[in-house]
Amino acid sequence: MITDKLTATHNFLEELAKQAGKADFMPANEIGLALQYLEEKGIPNNRHEDYKYCNIEAILRKEFKTITGKEIALAATDLKKNYFIKDAYNVYVVNGKLIAEISEVPANIALLAIDKTPADILKKHLAQYAQTNSDVLIAVNVAYADRGVFLHVTKAVEKPVVVHHVNSSEGNLFFNVRNLIVIEKNAEVELTEFYHSSNQKYFTNNLTEIFVGEGAHVNHTVIQNAGVASYLVNTTKTHQHKQSTYTNSCFTFSGALVRNNLNTAIAAEFAEAHLFGLFVTKGNQLVDNHTLVDHLKPNCQSNELYKGIVGGKSTAVFNGQIFVEKDAQKTNAYQSSKNILISDDATVNAKPELEIYANDVKCSHGTSTGKVDENALFYLKARGIGEESARKLLLRAFAHEVIDQLKNETIKEKVGELFEQALQD
Amino acid sequence: MLSIKNLKAEINGKEILKGINLEVKAGEVHAIMGPNGSGKSTLSAVLAGREDYDVTGGSITFNGKDLLELAAEDRAREGIFLAFQYPVEIPGVSNINFLRTAVNEIRKYKGLPDMEAKEFLALIKEKQKVVELDAKLTGRSVNEGFSGGEKKRNEIFQMAVLEPKLAILDETDSGLDIDALRIVANGVNKLKNKDNATIVITHYQRLLDYIVPDFVHILYNGKIVKSGGKELALEMEEKGYDEIKKQYDTAAV
Repeated sequence: MITDKLTATHNFLEELAKQAGKADFMPANEIGLALQYLEEKGIPNNRHEDYKYCNIEAILRKEFKTITGKEIALAATDLKKNYFIKDAYNVYVVNGKLIAEISEVPANIALLAIDKTPADILKKHLAQYAQTNSDVLIAVNVAYADRGVFLHVTKAVEKPVVVHHVNSSEGNLFFNVRNLIVIEKNAEVELTEFYHSSNQKYFTNNLTEIFVGEGAHVNHTVIQNAGVASYLVNTTKTHQHKQSTYTNSCFTFSGALVRNNLNTAIAAEFAEAHLFGLFVTKGNQLVDNHTLVDHLKPNCQSNELYKGIVGGKSTAVFNGQIFVEKDAQKTNAYQSSKNILISDDATVNAKPELEIYANDVKCSHGTSTGKVDENALFYLKARGIGEESARKLLLRAFAHEVIDQLKNETIKEKVGELFEQALQD
Repeated sequence: MLSIKNLKAEINGKEILKGINLEVKAGEVHAIMGPNGSGKSTLSAVLAGREDYDVTGGSITFNGKDLLELAAEDRAREGIFLAFQYPVEIPGVSNINFLRTAVNEIRKYKGLPDMEAKEFLALIKEKQKVVELDAKLTGRSVNEGFSGGEKKRNEIFQMAVLEPKLAILDETDSGLDIDALRIVANGVNKLKNKDNATIVITHYQRLLDYIVPDFVHILYNGKIVKSGGKELALEMEEKGYDEIKKQYDTAAV
């Protein structure tokens, strides 16, 4: 049995090697390290602590026996017509590949396909924040990524940058996408990544490294609304410098599997990280949020709030780690995860993990999972509000905190619409 | 308007209401008094349609309709309003959004279109005055962070906006200082007319100095054991419930 699974893993990786396009942005030593790591570990199943509720091996074995589908080109006009958002710089990425001709960028931003990244920048940043041999999906990405985007911001960008991730394929496919985002000293950017809906079955192993320079501010919003047959592992590794702020707001509304690995390393003093999450799940969805805030230096702050509305037969996972290293005195770190179960068959697994090695810190965490407050529900009904409307009113109220903190009105409105849609289904 | 006949109700298998009979007509104010644990709050919860209680016998008719057949929201839409003893805090739902939803759902039930925004705001503004509710509170989340007095005023404010046919005030006086009590009672009196009715549920006679009842009923051990005019409340205040307890506890044995 175990041999069968190992064989399946090997077959899968061999297939992946066949499918992967040529790319030469990744240093050979990293690829070597990755292949060696994959040889040792294999694809993770539920016996791996990090993938306890997210059995990638089983998903690949059942759903991706073959990955020999094909990509289908999309007309530029269709992309613009379907996805354009006003008051923003719109960037289009199809199957992980940048469509440069129609993507708009201001002068102080460089936006390139990952393999066009200048060599000095690659050398300085690539594979520096996501350690190749720390996770199997990272290793898979290092070994086989053949596409992705490089974004370089050197000044404050006045309008938000919205990256539209669009899928266009036929038959099962597995994409390894590698992105690098470098925000230089004192630069500011509002970056939204929008995963749009598709009916196709595809697996995306997306890995983004983000460097946030000294005094830089990054407001990163991720909207995951891919189709019901889409599988996404989305790993984000952020490295923060002095006095920088990194805010990540992650909204998950659709997708058969969404596994987010969101790590931020606060590597210099007086920096802040804010992590917000909201997911609405139904059907057989599996949404797994693994977050890690690593406090390496003193006088920094982190704040995290994740909320979930979990329905149908879906499973939601929240695993929130906070590390406060020995040197990170005067750290303020807060974490809260709250979930509402709206069906008897839905499951939530929530686990906060705090590891504190410094002695002068303020840290707290809390997690709760329950049903809609029956007292509140009765109160609303006693005023003439019907059961369904009352439930929705309460769920909306529950979620509003995460949606309302978004700064950009256009994005907030969009997220609000998708949330309403997710509630209606 | 309201006719309760031999109403029996229990919670978790324990019988609380043991045969209540009560007739309320339009224009009347009824007070229901009684010691703690006599079933006062259960009666109000059963009238409003709380599902935790099982009605095991009797009937409630409201304007010709079988109330027990209706869900809580439909009872409210038919014109029943319960002012809660402990108003619920609902973070994230603004008072104004909550009331607009309630007004429009009631209108929909009656086959009316949504109220125009302008008209609704004018209504809010007018009704705030009834209970001297701070305009700031209407924009805040329902009851969140409100003082005890503000919560009770907010109940009467909602009542003013929804204009029920039958208002049930469940221990509205509890937790109120004398000034707040006067404001709340004034609000209730202003809303009173010949077409609506009020049931005031209270432990103390104090509230009845301000909201003067036409009838007073003494509830004890799940039954109305004595009814009379407003002087009955004064009598209870003077003698306390001990005599009633003594009389009916003995009778029960």
